[in-house]
Amino acid sequence: MKYRLLVIAASAGLLAGCPIEDDEVQEPVTAGYTVSVNNLTPNQPLSPLAILAHNDQYSMFQIGQSASNSLEVMAEGGDNSNLLAESTNDGNVGYSFSGTGVILPGTSDSVSFTIDSSVAQQLSVASMLVNTNDGFVGETQLDIGSLAVGESLTMNMAVWDAGTEANDESAVSIPGPAAGGEGYNSIRDDNDRVSFHAGVISQDDGLAGSALDATHRFLNPGARLTITRTE
Amino acid sequence: MKMTLASLAVVGIFSSANTLAADIDVTITNATKNIYFTPLLVAAHNESVSLFQAGEAASPEIEAMAEGGNISGLSSLATNAGAVVAEDPAGGILDPGQQATASLNTGNADRLTITAMLLPTNDGFVGLDSWAIPSAPGTYTISLNGYDAGTEANDELATSMPNPPFISFGSGGSGVETTVTNSKVHIHPGNLGDSDPSGGLSDINSATYRWLNPVAIVTVTVK
Repeated sequence: MKYRLLVIAASAGLLAGCPIEDDEVQEPVTAGYTVSVNNLTPNQPLSPLAILAHNDQYSMFQIGQSASNSLEVMAEGGDNSNLLAESTNDGNVGYSFSGTGVILPGTSDSVSFTIDSSVAQQLSVASMLVNTNDGFVGETQLDIGSLAVGESLTMNMAVWDAGTEANDESAVSIPGPAAGGEGYNSIRDDNDRVSFHAGVISQDDGLAGSALDATHRFLNPGARLTITRTE
Repeated sequence: MKMTLASLAVVGIFSSANTLAADIDVTITNATKNIYFTPLLVAAHNESVSLFQAGEAASPEIEAMAEGGNISGLSSLATNAGAVVAEDPAGGILDPGQQATASLNTGNADRLTITAMLLPTNDGFVGLDSWAIPSAPGTYTISLNGYDAGTEANDELATSMPNPPFISFGSGGSGVETTVTNSKVHIHPGNLGDSDPSGGLSDINSATYRWLNPVAIVTVTVK
């Protein structure tokens, strides 16, 4: 079923780009990539990466728009499983790959994989800053189909706010080691739109009830992303 | 100095008479959590024109835009310098999470400048300075930072900033800054704010009105 959906999507894309009708399916093209994320924050561990390879009909999030439930689950609790399941649940997402684990400040994680580039030409990557309410680094709809073998795409990752949980910085609401509080909660008690994160305030900077200290503050960029085509 | 927000009519798009014209769409998204943009100025101009530059003192026209949201002087300045100008594509305030598009026929202009005041700030503005417009058709995405015009101390007091109804101010702050520490245009350090609505240093709330750069995402489509 999933394969059939992908074939339909690929055909639709083909038709849209070409005035001549052609119901042939694109031939599979094997492409290999390595995705690396380096944590540039002082004291914000990053949750295991969610990496999705997809066509141009999928977007992991949009600025100013409501976050999907899958994104909310990751941004509030660091749990990437719902995002990874989009390769099963969304016909536009051909592949999903998890990072190998938590990325501590000053360290990086790399994931290598091979995909059929006739199915997936774009990449989305996301990870939670776990000492926040719902802050995350993420890039979506990155064009990887045009990378030549050996070429790399490197970019700074700004920190986003999922807008699904109020940034009270309380011990009960922050799941990271600074607090050990709750992760995902289905209640949406913030502005319910994705925006650039305004930063954490912290107890040290006068926010009463904050479980965070000055070391948990961050400025952009929060991480650096490198995508290299290897095959 | 406190200035009131200018109310500006949408005057559409002026295009210069040049046969080598390029049509571009400029879409500006306010990507902040809770900072507002005053009416935007979008100008295509040539390399010899600069409306602002980090490290250089702001013109009076930039000051009027950055302290009060008034782009009329800046628009005249740009137009007189031969720029193709789109005033106020959002039709007023660009709210957080919203976007507006300006369509320009750039003539032979190959640089793009964008400005709008950030609210609430003393003299903060979102800015793009003389970005080189690619000649190849395509869609290009850029991030814009918040700048400080360097013309007014960031005291963060309600009496020093425009007071539109959609911004909630406290009162009784003693003032964050008393002097301008850098009188040239520079990267804005962001709002400080505090948690005390009737005292403290600032009249704005730290949990509501801070931001980190960048503040806007712009996509430019060259047709």
